[in-house]
Amino acid sequence: MTLQEKKEQIIEEFSMFDEWLDKYEYLIELGKALAPYPEEKKTDDRLIKGCQSRVWLDAQMSGGSLVFSADSDAVITRGIISLLVGVYSGRTPQEILSDDFSFLEAIGLKENLSPTRANGLLSMIETIRKKASENV
Amino acid sequence: MNIQQLREQFPQLSRTVYGKPLVYLDNAATSLRPQPVIDKWTEISSERTANLHRAVHHIAAEATEEYENTRLKVAGFINASDPSEIVFTSGATHSLNLLAFSLGEAFVRQGDEIIVSEAEHHSNLVPWQMLCARKGAVLKRLTVDDSGRLQAELLPSLITPRTRIVAVAHISNVLGLVNPIEEIAAVCRKNGVLLVVDGAQGIVHQQVDVQALGCDFYAFSGHKMYASPGTGVLWGRKELLEQVPPMFGGGEMIETVSWESSTYAPLPRKFEAGTQNISGTPTLSPAIDLMRRMPPQEDVKEYVYSTLTEEPGVRLFGTTSDLSLKAPVFSFAVEGAHHEDLALILDKMGVAVRSGQMCAEPLMDRLGVTGLLRASFAPYNTLSEAEFFVNSLRKAISMLK
Repeated sequence: MTLQEKKEQIIEEFSMFDEWLDKYEYLIELGKALAPYPEEKKTDDRLIKGCQSRVWLDAQMSGGSLVFSADSDAVITRGIISLLVGVYSGRTPQEILSDDFSFLEAIGLKENLSPTRANGLLSMIETIRKKASENV
Repeated sequence: MNIQQLREQFPQLSRTVYGKPLVYLDNAATSLRPQPVIDKWTEISSERTANLHRAVHHIAAEATEEYENTRLKVAGFINASDPSEIVFTSGATHSLNLLAFSLGEAFVRQGDEIIVSEAEHHSNLVPWQMLCARKGAVLKRLTVDDSGRLQAELLPSLITPRTRIVAVAHISNVLGLVNPIEEIAAVCRKNGVLLVVDGAQGIVHQQVDVQALGCDFYAFSGHKMYASPGTGVLWGRKELLEQVPPMFGGGEMIETVSWESSTYAPLPRKFEAGTQNISGTPTLSPAIDLMRRMPPQEDVKEYVYSTLTEEPGVRLFGTTSDLSLKAPVFSFAVEGAHHEDLALILDKMGVAVRSGQMCAEPLMDRLGVTGLLRASFAPYNTLSEAEFFVNSLRKAISMLK
């Protein structure tokens, strides 16, 4: 699935929910299903600043693509991470850098988060972009 | 006045969030504003805007009278022995920074000691850390036990001949426990140590009599006691306030100024440099009037306390066998559910609570948590709101399990 197709899939999934509580339930499910993240990678240099919960993000280059794995101690944040990792992991740095991350607005995620968590989300996006630009 | 009449005084209580009635349980951070406070601010802004004390014109005289009457009212409210002991500030944070600077300049030398409780809000910790760094003084910790209770009984063993200041909250903003200020004050007095009390929560939940408490300084904010944000008070014993230098220099705080030096105005203006919060500070007056008329809170405290202590998976901090020593401030952790997730879900149900470290990181470290959820109630919160909070919390927990 291309990056664009993946984003459209997520937007469609979220459009099924009318209530934000239902969207949260979905994010919680995604968070619980997120692939395990190794304990030894929960290091300070992988910790993303600006989140109320703790978020770790690991990025590795593999065959020209960036592979992300991530974790958080809060499950809704894990759900958001799951969306980001699902969309951007396995893409080339150029693909990531040319994307505008607007699908997060399309599903209403940005404006529906508290300011502290919105900052956390922005920090995650910035970190993903930074990893991409470091590996161009 | 009954609770319904009280609620009608607070316009924000009738608003909705996400189409649901707002249940505002973040009062320990900021209380809501009652109509008389809003009216006072508007009235001064539209009719009595003028700088204080100096000008001869009529409006300045009116504004000054209003401001000084507020000082009289605050002095009476906390039973200060003299209105000149009331210094208006921008809030408890300003009051405590002023103290840490001014007491530090007057009384603290290299190697002296400051004792601070480990349950303090950062505003009653960081200014003392800054003082210690500036003067080469030593910061010592008055500990809490596993439930969060302040171990005041350890204070005598911490005090040495080098101890100058003890700083402690009247009521912890996280735990809601009332600290034994009278006992602590007796120990301080016996040892010739100054006692600074952060009364940001205490002024809201206790009938404060600064003379009976026996402390030397008491600091609080207007925004937690229904007055305008950006207002606050520092009360201090007159003989001490007279001995210490001001933190800010500027207009209003001087007696004479020559090129070489200045002499300072008498109390309290020595500490009130620059244009004051002329619209905000007088709102303390209608806030105090309302506090004096507030009906006793519904049985919210007993209900929430007993529910949270018995709720499976919920770990409430700041427990006590005597609920008269507990303010309706409840901080807790939920097994298997992150405080931020819970707060986010509660928010979508219309319930405003606080999550995180509540500006008390050392206390979080001591309690062994990365953060907590806090629900803090005001007299306008009803028992049915408390029940709605508990039911919403249960639903949020089950969503996350």
